[in-house]
Amino acid sequence: MWDYSEKVKDHFFHPRNVGEIENPDAVGEVGSLACGDALKLMLKLDKSGRIADAKFKTFGCGSAIASASALTEMVKGKTLDEAGTLTDNDIAQYLDGLPEQKMHCSVMGREALEAAIANYRGMKIEKPVDEGKIVCKCFGVTDNKIIHEVREHKLTTIDQVTNYCKAGGGCRSSPANPGYYRDGMAKEKEKAEVGKTGTR
Amino acid sequence: MSCGTESDNAAIWGILHANPHKRHIVTTRVEHPAVYNLGKYLALNGYHVTELGVDSSGMLNLQELTDAIREDTAIVSIMYANNETGVIFPVEEIGHIVKEKGSILHTDAVQAVGKIPLNLSKSTIDLLTLSGHKLHAPKGVGALFIRKGITFTPFIIGGHQEKNRRGGTENVPSIIGLGKACELAKKYMSEEQTRVKQLRDKAEDEILKKAPDTRVNGHKTKRLPNTTNLSFEFVEGEAILLLLNEKGICASSGSACTSGSLEPSHVLRAMGVPFTAVHGSIRLSLSRYNTIEDVDYVIEHLPPIIRRLREISPYSKETKVKEQAGKISARV
Ligand SMILES: Cc1ncc(COP(=O)(O)O)c(C=O)c1O
Repeated sequence: MWDYSEKVKDHFFHPRNVGEIENPDAVGEVGSLACGDALKLMLKLDKSGRIADAKFKTFGCGSAIASASALTEMVKGKTLDEAGTLTDNDIAQYLDGLPEQKMHCSVMGREALEAAIANYRGMKIEKPVDEGKIVCKCFGVTDNKIIHEVREHKLTTIDQVTNYCKAGGGCRSSPANPGYYRDGMAKEKEKAEVGKTGTR
Repeated sequence: MSCGTESDNAAIWGILHANPHKRHIVTTRVEHPAVYNLGKYLALNGYHVTELGVDSSGMLNLQELTDAIREDTAIVSIMYANNETGVIFPVEEIGHIVKEKGSILHTDAVQAVGKIPLNLSKSTIDLLTLSGHKLHAPKGVGALFIRKGITFTPFIIGGHQEKNRRGGTENVPSIIGLGKACELAKKYMSEEQTRVKQLRDKAEDEILKKAPDTRVNGHKTKRLPNTTNLSFEFVEGEAILLLLNEKGICASSGSACTSGSLEPSHVLRAMGVPFTAVHGSIRLSLSRYNTIEDVDYVIEHLPPIIRRLREISPYSKETKVKEQAGKISARV
């Protein structure tokens, strides 16, 4: 079993803000049953536009529940602009770290927040990361998403890419069979790195 | 042998090396990684590997097996009982088919030995793997039975120990421990079939009653007496295990999140268990050291844990129907 920090355990065993808000101002939903984790985030704003209440429901493992719980605590009292600057690393840090293989749980938190903010602003959830070529069929991860995670977190290995967005996590189960998608991912990562140096 | 894994590897490599002109092996999609991943490795390294599928109860189609065995099939490796679901394959019957087709049968009986009666003197099995810690022997010892007359090339090459079948000084204390464990297993065998089975059935029945939207994975009767594999819809296995652990209850899960890989159980997937149910699967294994108090304790604590996690979960029966209609992100 995983070596979770005390903070993760605390938020898993005693999750804060579980539930739903009636007439929420913003709702963000990400993940799916098939993928193995999902998060529904609901926000209520006060008159000054600050987040007065945040609630969540999560389907997922210990660190997914803990990340969602932490997220709701972190955003309370913030404006949407302020909340929008939170990163998945912030969530992980708030929990005194997550096992590397579980970083995708905090990524899911950030994505739910992004989705909720977009929902509030009445924008179609603008997620270029979901457009593009599907590189990992197991988890429906696109090349754009991989490039995004590589840049955002300065990832240098394929395992890290898997840890942050799950891509390649399905078919690499056999150590003897690195699998097609991993090869595909290596190429995408190369592309992303080229892109990174290009924008500097 | 140092463990079940070594025994499985020794069996398969030993036969392949003894029959270098035969390049085909037959196995199943539900083997333990000790055989499953070896099969994957062989397939990438010049061998032809046929993986037999299973139906939704985890059973093989024997006609498919018959059709799969070829002239160049060096070995058929099919487990006796599944380590995730406890499903028992009709290995003697399989042995007859394999004999008729002129191949050799290896069975990974790690889960079966000590739990169901086996008699190798009247058997169609050519090679059989067992592992100590599954029958209360020390960890780190296993054995490979090789029927007289089977040509076998040692996997570990060295001295002439073990009648030239495995080089290296024997681990005598572990071997004695394994011998004693086998003796005790034989003595208490009937208890596995009666008392342990009753405990398992009680646990299963009560949990199914108290936790709705739960299913048992694997054939209901062709199954080890001590194992139950349960899927709880809408919740995730690792979360269940963490909460069980808090209560001092030890279980395992086919969920992806527990394993370090992100792929959920290949066994449940091969059975066509929906992803939604695979993620929320746990296995409970009992032994003759368990008591009715243990079982009552689990029955008392497991259903509330499921309820608690379902309260956190955004899913319910209704959302699941929507989800399945709208999304096919699952890989088969
Ligand atoms: C069916 C089966 N085969 C092989 C093994 C591997 O045995 P060992 O852990 O002794 O290597 C196990 C258990 O771990 C098992 O359940």
